[in-house]
Amino acid sequence: MHQSRLTRWFFQNVGLASALLLFAVLFLSYNMMHPRGFSAAVAVQNANETAAIAFLAMAQTLPVLLGGLDLSVGAVMTLTNCIASELVNGSPAQILFGIVVTLLSGAAFGLMNGLIVVYGRIQPIIATLATGAIAIGLALLVRPKPGGDVDGDLGWALTNSVWDFADTYGIAGGGDAWWIRPFADIPVPVIIVLLVTILVWVPFRRSVTGRTVYAIGSAEGAAFMSGLPIERAKIAAFTLGGFFAACGGLYLAIQTSSGNADIQQAGAYTLNSIAAVVLGGTSLLGGVGTAVGSLIGAGILRVISFYFRILDIDPLLQPLIEGVVLLVAVSFGAIRTLRVKNKLDLFR
Amino acid sequence: MRISVSNENKPILIASLFIVVILLAGTVYTLSTAGTAPLLSPKYLLQQLQTGSFLGICAAGMMMVILLGHIDLSIPWTLTAAAMTATAVGGEMALPTALAVGIAVGMLNGFGVAFLRIPSMIFTLGVDTVLRGLMVAQTGGFAPQDTATPLMLFLAKDRLLGIPVALFVWAAVSVFIIVMLTRTGFGRSIYATGSREGAAYLSGIRTRFVTMGAFVVSGLCASIAGVLLAGYSAKAYQGMGNAFLLPAIAAVVLGGTHILGGRGRYIGTLIGVILIVLLNSVLSIMQMPEAGRQIIYGTVIIAMLLVYGRNQRVTS
Repeated sequence: MHQSRLTRWFFQNVGLASALLLFAVLFLSYNMMHPRGFSAAVAVQNANETAAIAFLAMAQTLPVLLGGLDLSVGAVMTLTNCIASELVNGSPAQILFGIVVTLLSGAAFGLMNGLIVVYGRIQPIIATLATGAIAIGLALLVRPKPGGDVDGDLGWALTNSVWDFADTYGIAGGGDAWWIRPFADIPVPVIIVLLVTILVWVPFRRSVTGRTVYAIGSAEGAAFMSGLPIERAKIAAFTLGGFFAACGGLYLAIQTSSGNADIQQAGAYTLNSIAAVVLGGTSLLGGVGTAVGSLIGAGILRVISFYFRILDIDPLLQPLIEGVVLLVAVSFGAIRTLRVKNKLDLFR
Repeated sequence: MRISVSNENKPILIASLFIVVILLAGTVYTLSTAGTAPLLSPKYLLQQLQTGSFLGICAAGMMMVILLGHIDLSIPWTLTAAAMTATAVGGEMALPTALAVGIAVGMLNGFGVAFLRIPSMIFTLGVDTVLRGLMVAQTGGFAPQDTATPLMLFLAKDRLLGIPVALFVWAAVSVFIIVMLTRTGFGRSIYATGSREGAAYLSGIRTRFVTMGAFVVSGLCASIAGVLLAGYSAKAYQGMGNAFLLPAIAAVVLGGTHILGGRGRYIGTLIGVILIVLLNSVLSIMQMPEAGRQIIYGTVIIAMLLVYGRNQRVTS
């Protein structure tokens, strides 16, 4: 019985399962090949570089589940990154205020996207193309030149292992309490991403609003006829996407202790977020996938680039290999066409 | 009397009106600050359209793909790759090689989207990354030292009868696209496939080859734009195509082409390109900082689409 349930889960989540498998294989062999593999230092470094794109991949998941696309996630991340670089410093109360304002501004921008898509009835991809430009403009207003200041203690505590976190703030006996020992080597960014997933994504997924997002992606007309709250779900999805993008921007500010309104960077993050979502087994047609899969997809994207550090590959070939791997990985989706019995099923 | 405008022409009409508004606002600004009206001089307009021709040709190709309900994100590096191979090959063969690059990329895109059935959004993105990788590997990450050939310089920079040659190229591409869309079976197949691929397939259209053809046209247009841009700046350089992707999509959509495919007229895309080019030039005359430009740019797109780009409400 147990076996059959596992098998059923596998066949219902082939995309997610294969992404998980690919990530596990890539990550384990990376650590085995790394001269200092399986150590806290390597894990911390890897986690730091993955956190921002992981949040963006989650942000992109929600509009994709609706059957749309959010081309503004990178720009919202840049905007919140600049806001955080202005506000997240000073006294603890000021820091907390800065964090809350940063996250709220991201969510507010997402809300605006949602309102435009729902009440303006403009296609998400083109609406967010335009609001993305607005977000970059606002980011340039906040921070015309790269720079800024983020609280140093916070930056150190959140970008290292749990022990360093406890040590910085003198909690749990400076990190030496018995109950924190088992977790001492876990990188803090991993815990932050998991916390956000468990506290925000999982409850949303289980709510009526969350299930409505899936229903809209599968068949919007049917969802409407079933009396589901379509407008609320769309607005919530975009708002939550903005919130996740703000988490990414905030983390980037903490990690680099600065803000940078870089248009190129924003565009690259947006495109990478789409790639991560697809690698994580979420269908661009909508209705199928999870944010957890996108996290794994972001992990895959990053691990591939980590390989270049340990393998003796010409750095000039790096973008080429990254591109080929991405292209080959998504081409596995073509296996679907071999299973189609009725040719008309191809034309959705 | 009430003038009725068909749904398809409404965007074109409103966008044209907006172009007039932009020109008037810009002229009022220059009259009040400098006392001159450069925006209304034919020389200035031709010069703006000359730089706009690169965007115009990219948008023409993008429109083919959007009419199918797909999108081509590989335009930036197709453009760059074509320009770089053209300058690297040099001589007589520069132009044919560049066009061959565009056709090859288009066929690859078309194969992935039409035969492998990978969503165009992600497949063309992958192709874009691969092309970037190839160009970085080939040039070592620097701008190559090659220079544009005399023919490329002529096409991009010279003037015939006082009109920039680049405009003639843009006009030729436009005529080609218009004839193709309205007078050939291939053009009608594009509209049919974009409306509903299943129905088009059942009525005997070989939709997969239609899709592939549209991507080839898109790649070809990008490579023409690349050749012109390399001629205009006398050389090819990394990232020269990055500034064209989003404006090209915006121009097509502002011109009334439906982003999900099946509807749209080429004249609208033309108007959309002119709108974006003039908006940019008026903003630079006003010496608007980058921040303000981006905000105005985004707001204009949203506002225009709110006026005429709204979807039907889903009710069943």
